[in-house]
Amino acid sequence: MITIQGLSKSYAGRSVLKGVDLSVRAGEFLVVLGPSGAGKSTLLRCVNGLAQPDSGRILIDGVEYRSSGAGRREQRRPVAMIFQHHNLVRRLTVLKNVLVGRMAGLSSLLALLQLFPSRDVQTALACLERVELSHKAMARADQLSGGEQQRVGIARALAQDPAVILADEPVASLDPKTSRVVLGYLKRICKETNIAVICNLHQVDYAVEFGERIVGLQGGAVIFDGVPAELTSDVVHRIYPGLEDPGIGRILAPSATPEPLAAPHAAIAAA
Amino acid sequence: MSIAGFELVVRPPRGRFGWWGIGGATLIAAAALWWTAVGAQINGQNLLNGVPYMADFLSRMVPPNWAFAEKLVKPAVESLQVAVWGTIFGVILALPVCVFAARNLSPHPAVYHFTRQVLNVMRGINEIILALIFVAAIGLGPFAGVLALAIHGAGMLGKFFAEAIEDIDDGPLEAFQSAGVGRFKTILFGVLPQVMPAWLGTIFYRLETNVRQSTILGMVGAGGIGFELVSSMKLFQYQDTAMCILVILAMVLITDLVSSRVRAYIR
Repeated sequence: MITIQGLSKSYAGRSVLKGVDLSVRAGEFLVVLGPSGAGKSTLLRCVNGLAQPDSGRILIDGVEYRSSGAGRREQRRPVAMIFQHHNLVRRLTVLKNVLVGRMAGLSSLLALLQLFPSRDVQTALACLERVELSHKAMARADQLSGGEQQRVGIARALAQDPAVILADEPVASLDPKTSRVVLGYLKRICKETNIAVICNLHQVDYAVEFGERIVGLQGGAVIFDGVPAELTSDVVHRIYPGLEDPGIGRILAPSATPEPLAAPHAAIAAA
Repeated sequence: MSIAGFELVVRPPRGRFGWWGIGGATLIAAAALWWTAVGAQINGQNLLNGVPYMADFLSRMVPPNWAFAEKLVKPAVESLQVAVWGTIFGVILALPVCVFAARNLSPHPAVYHFTRQVLNVMRGINEIILALIFVAAIGLGPFAGVLALAIHGAGMLGKFFAEAIEDIDDGPLEAFQSAGVGRFKTILFGVLPQVMPAWLGTIFYRLETNVRQSTILGMVGAGGIGFELVSSMKLFQYQDTAMCILVILAMVLITDLVSSRVRAYIR
């Protein structure tokens, strides 16, 4: 469970986040929609400490979480991140990339000798198994396809054993088929391991298909918070002002939406 | 402007002075070049007068004294040994410094500027000058040459290593930061794999340069084949000198060949 309270951030006098309040339950798959510049990325980066918020608090399971600070001990973090460009180290093996999630707090000297605790290696391999890439453990990361690389990114986040996974447009550079596979893995992990997921997307159709709850961000503020069935064409046009897409009505079923869990499994089976 | 079916395609000059500015700058540049040529006493007549003497010098060199080659094996090998260890010590010196000399990893801009200046100074002093200093300090012999190459090489390697670090993709580093991984392990697994090809290329390029440099270090008593080269000239044994030059050429050519093959393989 993660609670974001009054999160504000401005860059060079321009207010990017204007007091965002948001709460995500363990095992809940939340999708954040919003146009470029709405503050989606900044929101995630402020939560995991890649950017410093001007004000606001983040509570994880009721405990205030500070992602940085002077004299902070090196420690594995309860918030993991999945990046748009997967951010793997291309020349390292897949396994070592996943081990990055376990690396905080491990001995630097042993790491220099390429020695890792067996328990952490087992965890990393188990995480690779979850995204069905165990057989690629010893391949170099740059030998994998884009979708496989992002699945390694998911495994790395999972290896951190986090309470929350933040995904910043994880499928923005993947083709539609691969995108659905990757989102399918992410959603299944969210459900099976009871991790809260906040996933930025800019495809309304994926948001409706995979999101259990959708938040619309516009101009740094939350302007919509509801289940996919409540995301009407009218709401979409408020999230994306000036959107001219007559086809959007086809994605947004006027009443019922497809059963959210059925779709990802179907996507995996199809791949 | 069009001349006989051709168009002059030039972007009109920007800035306040237009074509007059360009003309003025050209005149100033020409004057500066003239001044430097005068200072350097560039003189075609002198060159022409020197031709017979050069021809004489060359004629005294042929044929090279092939028998002398036998005596050159040991100093030539020594030059190579000096180059190898000069490179290794240079790398060892450069490694801890380069992290601080890379803008994206340096803990503070002041540290960055300070280490960059230190590297500039190391690189700024010529190997021969350094060799003279080390010969005075630790005595004649190849080890002085090793140290001279190490210091100068570390300056160059440190700068190139740091620039390779500045060129890496910062994305993976954000992933390490997200996972809470500390600085040392981030450099070890996030930075090193990314810079390794560039670094290896630089190291082999430095080895090439060091082989070239090590062949002349002997001139100041810092070991290697350079000593034979200078002494043969001082004794007017120009056929021996020719043999020295041939051996040095062969050494340099072979290292360049091997090094460029290795560098092509890494890429």
